[in-house]
Amino acid sequence: MIKAVMMMNTQGKPRLAKFYDFLPVEKQQELIRGVFSVLSSRPENVSNFLEIDSLFGPDSRLVYKHYATLYFVLVFDGSENELAMLDLIQVLVETLDKCFSNVCELDIVFNYSKLHTVLDEIVFGGQVLETRTDEVMKAVEEISKLEAASNSISLVPKSVSGWRGGR
Amino acid sequence: MEQLKTIGRELAMGSQGGFGQSKEFLDLVKSIGESRSKAEEDRIVLSEIDILKRKLLEPDIPKRKMKEYIIRLVYIEMLGHDASFGYIHAVKMTHHDTLLLKRTGYLAVTLFLDEDHDLIILIVNTIQKDLRSDNYLVVCAALNAVCRLINEETIPAVLPQVVDLLNHQKEAVRKKAIMALHRFHRKSPSSVSHLVSNFRRKLCDNDPGVMGATLCPLFDLISEDVDSYKDLVSSFVSILKQVTERRLPKSYDYHQMPAPFIQIKLLKIMALLSGGDKSASEMMYMFQLPSPQLLEAAADAISKFLKSDSHNLKYMGIDGLGRLIKISSDIAEQHQLAVIDCLEDPDDTLKRKTFELLYKMTKSSNVEVIVDRMIDYMISINDNHYKTEIASRCVELAEQFAPSNQWFIQIMNKVFEHAGDLVNIKVAHNLMRLIAEGFGEDDDDADNKLRLSAVESYLQIISEPKLPSLFLQVISWVLGEYGTADGKYSASYISGKLCDVADAYSSDETVKGYAVSALMKIYAFEIACGRKVDVLPECQSLIEELLASHSTDLQQRAYELQALLALDARAVESILPLDASCEDIEVDKDLSFLNGYIQQAIESGAQPYISERERSGMFETTDYHSQDHHEVTSHALRFEAYELPKPSVPSQASTELVPVPEPSYYSEPHQPVSTSSSVSERESSEIKLRLDGVKQKWGRPSYQSSTSASSSTPPRAANGTSTHADGGVASSSSSKPRSSYESKKPEIDPEKQRLAASLFGGSSLSRSDRKSSSGGHKPAKGTANKPPKENPIPVQPPPDLLDFGEPTATSVTATDPFKELEGLMDSSSQDGGSTDVMGLYSDAAPVTTTTSVDSLLSELSGSSKGNPGTYQSQTSKGPNSKEALEKDALVRQMGVNPTSQNPTLFKDLLG
Repeated sequence: MIKAVMMMNTQGKPRLAKFYDFLPVEKQQELIRGVFSVLSSRPENVSNFLEIDSLFGPDSRLVYKHYATLYFVLVFDGSENELAMLDLIQVLVETLDKCFSNVCELDIVFNYSKLHTVLDEIVFGGQVLETRTDEVMKAVEEISKLEAASNSISLVPKSVSGWRGGR
Repeated sequence: MEQLKTIGRELAMGSQGGFGQSKEFLDLVKSIGESRSKAEEDRIVLSEIDILKRKLLEPDIPKRKMKEYIIRLVYIEMLGHDASFGYIHAVKMTHHDTLLLKRTGYLAVTLFLDEDHDLIILIVNTIQKDLRSDNYLVVCAALNAVCRLINEETIPAVLPQVVDLLNHQKEAVRKKAIMALHRFHRKSPSSVSHLVSNFRRKLCDNDPGVMGATLCPLFDLISEDVDSYKDLVSSFVSILKQVTERRLPKSYDYHQMPAPFIQIKLLKIMALLSGGDKSASEMMYMFQLPSPQLLEAAADAISKFLKSDSHNLKYMGIDGLGRLIKISSDIAEQHQLAVIDCLEDPDDTLKRKTFELLYKMTKSSNVEVIVDRMIDYMISINDNHYKTEIASRCVELAEQFAPSNQWFIQIMNKVFEHAGDLVNIKVAHNLMRLIAEGFGEDDDDADNKLRLSAVESYLQIISEPKLPSLFLQVISWVLGEYGTADGKYSASYISGKLCDVADAYSSDETVKGYAVSALMKIYAFEIACGRKVDVLPECQSLIEELLASHSTDLQQRAYELQALLALDARAVESILPLDASCEDIEVDKDLSFLNGYIQQAIESGAQPYISERERSGMFETTDYHSQDHHEVTSHALRFEAYELPKPSVPSQASTELVPVPEPSYYSEPHQPVSTSSSVSERESSEIKLRLDGVKQKWGRPSYQSSTSASSSTPPRAANGTSTHADGGVASSSSSKPRSSYESKKPEIDPEKQRLAASLFGGSSLSRSDRKSSSGGHKPAKGTANKPPKENPIPVQPPPDLLDFGEPTATSVTATDPFKELEGLMDSSSQDGGSTDVMGLYSDAAPVTTTTSVDSLLSELSGSSKGNPGTYQSQTSKGPNSKEALEKDALVRQMGVNPTSQNPTLFKDLLG
């Protein structure tokens, strides 16, 4: 199972963090920082695999890829194949590239919700759902089309305004 | 990679692109991106939170705005700030009708909430409704939320809808419904156990995507229970066939490779299914070539990987080598130089993988080189997690393959010195026991030599600053037990050293306890020998300090020491005999020696002891006194103990400290007690008297008793940076100076080759040994039913890593592997080695997967037709590589440290 998908830039700023088992915000931050410190200490041109038991518990492995200013990171357990995960990153990046035609860090930063849509089409509940870029693209486009259509100028009634829930 | 390199793009494009953000969001991202410090970022985010809090309370927000606020919330939380004030708004959005808001709501909610959050209750109803929606995108969004937000209790609420969706007309929905069901299965297998058949059915879905998705749950199910899915083997085989024959739509191709992700999943599943199953494997071999060719192809692929410049491929090569080495050891030998290159590689992952490989191929001929390497690496890294692992591996290998005792102790010293706080406490106790028990059965001389060398090495190390606590405990114990045994060092010298330890580590009570006990032993031995003990002034002051210690344990030890100093030689000798740490201490749990005392007390009118349970039991039933009276009369001495449990503890202790002749107690008749003593009474007396404590009081921190005392030590992070001075101790054990490995000449310099030879070839001595032994047995081989190759020289088994190794490619021809296997087994049973071979077979079968046949064959052929001499000598010696591999597998499976009582350890050391 895939435990987490992360994107962060070379300064360690998270650009996307999705954990497939719930973790409190503080723990998420800790893991992001931990992963970044491991990644940033690795020299150039070394392998993309890491054992990361110390952060994510036993039998955790990490695969990352470094594109320009971004790290793409997948954390997963022993039931996944390391090479398949490495190529899943490639699939993700290729899909994003098609989505944004020549993707760059800015696209990822500013299209935060679209990024999530794409990711949700590829990885679903910690399992690899779809690896065909075209299929993912089709789904995402359909969603954007429908969302655009439903986006008339109506107002959101604020019936919750006085209503405080939460923790 | 081209795609991400166009970074200098104008910010402006963000506003036009995609899902429509406002200027505020862009500004937020931009200002956070430009912030120079964490403090500045926090300030920006906090003001953003203020803005959002205010804005979210405004009435009638336009949809697009609302969506953006929520996205901003998500973004803020990703940066590590609390956005919980907005959770309710996200929940509210999921109720909305428009897809835009609904999806955003679900996205935010899945990121914000955990499945047990209070707000989930507000969403379940919406999810139910959305799962029935006509719009499949709404259904998909809801399924996404189902995966994350539904917990065990709420599964039944959505389960019927999810199951219905398995037959939805859109394949995207079917896919996700399967995944959702899979998620339920992971969360609570019982809740969906009746629906598992759906996964089987969906394997035959018209859409390959759905089929591919179904492989995920099936993989989990099959790994839980292989047997009930054997019938699917043929389906998997035919799917794989279709995939490899490119019968799937073109869109499944990934870089000209037909559906690689599906292929990998399928192969993984088939590996599970075929493990140890002949018929299943046969079905798969229909299109996978059987063993030798396959093995050769794998070896070829690995050699390509290892020669590659890409670190990823090298990593795969090492990984593959580690797997293949179980089957055929020659492969590793071919690539020895590449493997050594990987050890020097700057890539840490590669290095670790290589150490894993070396660990797997360790045997007695190369253990020294490998463990030396491992220790060097262990010293060089800071990652405590991995340090612990590699330390425990060093210990394990050293225990298993140690060529000499001195070497073993030296290695243990190094491990303790550099990772002492990280290794399991058992390792320390093991070492103590090893030194105490010695290795030879009768060879006292060797034992004494070993102890002396241990003492010498410890005396050298002891003055190093900042040693780990555990190591000091070992040192103190050994010095106390054997420091003066040889007569080489005087008692005052050793005791001075021990005092130094106690002083230098005054905050560590466990170490102090060990030191005081060691002092006591040294004085006891001195007294027992009739020598006069002169307590050094610093020892005296230490004892006095400890007499007033806050730790009762230390205090007790100090008092005991003081009491002991006042005793005469005979008494001391019976209390602390020389070198008796291995002797069993018999604990009289019934305290029968007190019987006489009790008799006397009862005769003089004391109340007999009534156990607590009985007392309470009496109160429940009838009148206490009448019952009691009745009991006493019927069984005269039912209660063996004493009136009050507490006072008897000191009395017992004192009686033993002062050498009162014990036989006087035993002479008292106590037959009636033993007949009537009930279990409950025994239990209660055990509890009250705390016999563990009594034993420990005896100042004999043997490995068992000290466990409880030392396990309470707080772990200290002290990490000795000092290096262990080589040379003094047992330098003869390492065959080569370590500095020679360090040279980093390019390519095949002679040093590297020597290293390779020592790693892979084994020492030349063992090589010639083996040759001669195998040669001696050659003639016997003629009777074996499988014809051996006639010219003996090329057939000589190379002194390789697995010792079984006959080159498989030459020894096995490509016929039905199972037939041959059976034939081999029959023949070998005639040879009389049947049990061993069968053992090999049954052991190896479940471990290996599709390629198990190969390994079996090679092992079998190696053992049956190869030299029986080698084989036998191996079994008698104890650790052979098969055991090592199995052990490795087990250890890695369990994630545990080496077992404390490794039977092979002593065997090996003996040999």
